[in-house]
Amino acid sequence: MTETLKKFVAGLELDTRMLGMIGALVILWLSFNMFTDGRFITPRNIFNLSVQTASVAVMATGMVFVIVTRHIDLSVGSLLGLIGMLMGTLQVHILPQFLGLEHPLIWVITIVAGVAVGVIVGAAQGWVIGYLAVPSFIVTLGGLLMYRGAAWWVTTGQTVAPLDSNFRLLGGGAEGTLGEGLSWLVGIIATIAAVVMMVLSRRQKNSHGFKLKPLWAEFTLGGIVIALILGFVTVMNSYPLPKGAVRRIYEARGEEIPQFAVMHGIAIPVVIVFVIAIIMTIIARRTRFGRYVFATGGNPEAAELSGINTKLLTVKVFALMGALTAIAAVIASARLGSVGNDLGTLDELRVIAAAVIGGTALAGGIGTIYGALLGALIMQSLQSGMAMVGVDAPLQSIVVGFVLVLAVYLDIAYRRRAGQ
Amino acid sequence: MTHANAAHPLVEMRDIHVSFGGIKAVDHVSIDVYPGEVVGLLGHNGAGKSTLIKVLSGAYKRDAGEIFINGEKVEIHNPRDARAHNIETIYQTLALADNLDAASNLFLGREITNPLGFVNDDAMEAETRKIMGKLNPNFKKFADPVSALSGGQRQSVAIARAVYFDARILIMDEPTAALGPHETQMVADLIKQLKKAGIGIFLISHDIHDVLDLCDRASVMKNGKLVGTVNVDDVTDDDLLSMIILGKKPGEETITS
Ligand SMILES: Nc1ncnc2c1ncn2[C@@H]1O[C@H](COP(=O)(O)OP(=O)(O)O)[C@@H](O)[C@H]1O
Ligand SMILES: [Mg+2]
Repeated sequence: MTETLKKFVAGLELDTRMLGMIGALVILWLSFNMFTDGRFITPRNIFNLSVQTASVAVMATGMVFVIVTRHIDLSVGSLLGLIGMLMGTLQVHILPQFLGLEHPLIWVITIVAGVAVGVIVGAAQGWVIGYLAVPSFIVTLGGLLMYRGAAWWVTTGQTVAPLDSNFRLLGGGAEGTLGEGLSWLVGIIATIAAVVMMVLSRRQKNSHGFKLKPLWAEFTLGGIVIALILGFVTVMNSYPLPKGAVRRIYEARGEEIPQFAVMHGIAIPVVIVFVIAIIMTIIARRTRFGRYVFATGGNPEAAELSGINTKLLTVKVFALMGALTAIAAVIASARLGSVGNDLGTLDELRVIAAAVIGGTALAGGIGTIYGALLGALIMQSLQSGMAMVGVDAPLQSIVVGFVLVLAVYLDIAYRRRAGQ
Repeated sequence: MTHANAAHPLVEMRDIHVSFGGIKAVDHVSIDVYPGEVVGLLGHNGAGKSTLIKVLSGAYKRDAGEIFINGEKVEIHNPRDARAHNIETIYQTLALADNLDAASNLFLGREITNPLGFVNDDAMEAETRKIMGKLNPNFKKFADPVSALSGGQRQSVAIARAVYFDARILIMDEPTAALGPHETQMVADLIKQLKKAGIGIFLISHDIHDVLDLCDRASVMKNGKLVGTVNVDDVTDDDLLSMIILGKKPGEETITS
């Protein structure tokens, strides 16, 4: 019995480490569900979890590259705060003077400016780390202090509000979701894309005469992927909007207020996370840049000897981290609808923890994007779950800290056994 | 001599000097190799052999000296420059990224991409299978990171990388250090085959008999200086040994103290 099960799992060629993480997540969800009398695994809570995870998840994908190249970025929380503050000021105090309030271009200009700042600041840090050889720990620790200070300066500590209403959609409030129909459409497109990719990959492997996975394994994997996608859409489409929000939305559109329940659908920030995760996975696996990131992390000297410009690579990795931090700032500030001086505080630790729990090795060279997403989800589940159960805030910190150390220990033990 | 008909050496390193802090690792050394020739580089640990060839492969910057290829002065400032001149190197440390598989290492810095610019792992694996089939038919671990390979298997990946890309000049820094007798013989056969194809080879080795078997000439270094370069046919293993240990060319008086 266990033998056949083992064979079955081996045939799927799945990453056993990832299976362990999914197992941990499932246990976590089931326990919280028990302790909250079934309030944890509900469409409402899963929707909230997905939105709360988004900002950290976006940054965690970039932190994977940073840690894989044997660096660290402690500045992301502060940089998120600074960029959030700059974007808030731009859309609330500056752009309306030229374009008028709620102009449809405001959110676009704001985001472009925010990403530009993220890229410039990130590249500057990367330049100091790569070319001046100052350790990333120090450079970004300096950044942590500088950007938080700079954020305060932008408004001398005042909160900026209310943010542009188009911009706020990106935070995933009642209006900031795809709605039922679009969510299904996205789910179906994702399903088709997944199937097409599996078929193409199999065909190419076959054309090179490589050994193929057995067909049953392909079908099982495909089935799991499709079930996950459509299951997620179903859950998001089972969480009804509050009556007040429905009235507000339909009145704004000038349409008749419906009598049936209107569902949320997938939140826009979650769509952003998926799009970024796909792009980052393609960068990691299918581009030269991604290949060089991993090669440099595995053996910097070998990378240099292979003609890779590892200094410039460092600049690019940190610039990318800056861009993702800006996108995370969009999500975080849009969700709150305002930008306060503490936006992003301690996020660097959540992001690093997500990447590390997700299997990114601090020694460099190893890490995956999907692992970081799972790590971010585990972290957020832990925190939300404890809050729902009613665990005191100080105890929450203790538990999260403990889990982080435990996760890294388990990872090290696992790798030692797997001989990696 | 094999190179009697070539007007210029394929590579000439002239008066190369490299120092690290106070240490003169390479002290005004000149070596050359002709097409189809194997030049052995001998000397104790720390003699400066690796440093000298790393100047040619672009890994180290020289403090003084010039490099000529086919009689023309060339500038080699980094490993990319060296590769552009078809200089391929098997480093003593192998220079493999342990976390990547054999194909990714073989093509590192020169990936096969599809028309959209994405790396084509399947094509690279197929090529890797082809060349490994010739070099080391027992090699099967194409999906594993090279950290999971034995010393010999890792060395064969490094060798495959150097010979895959049509090298004109091949630098081998102790290529058989981690190999068993059977694999060492395969490398010896490979060197003979490459020599026939007109490639110029610098072979660094600790094994004097390897050098006597495979090389046309041998250059001996000691304490960063060139002791001398000899035709292998004109010397015995004792001559080479005394060059390495005493730093004397054959025929020179040994000063007794
Ligand atoms: N990167 C480096 N930094 C400092 N010293 C070095 C470096 N590389 C080599 N050396 C020194 O240069 C000398 C020659 O070393 P090497 O060229 O490795 O000798 P060999 O290959 O003949 O054993 C040694 O004294 C070594 O310690
Ligand atoms: Mg050496």
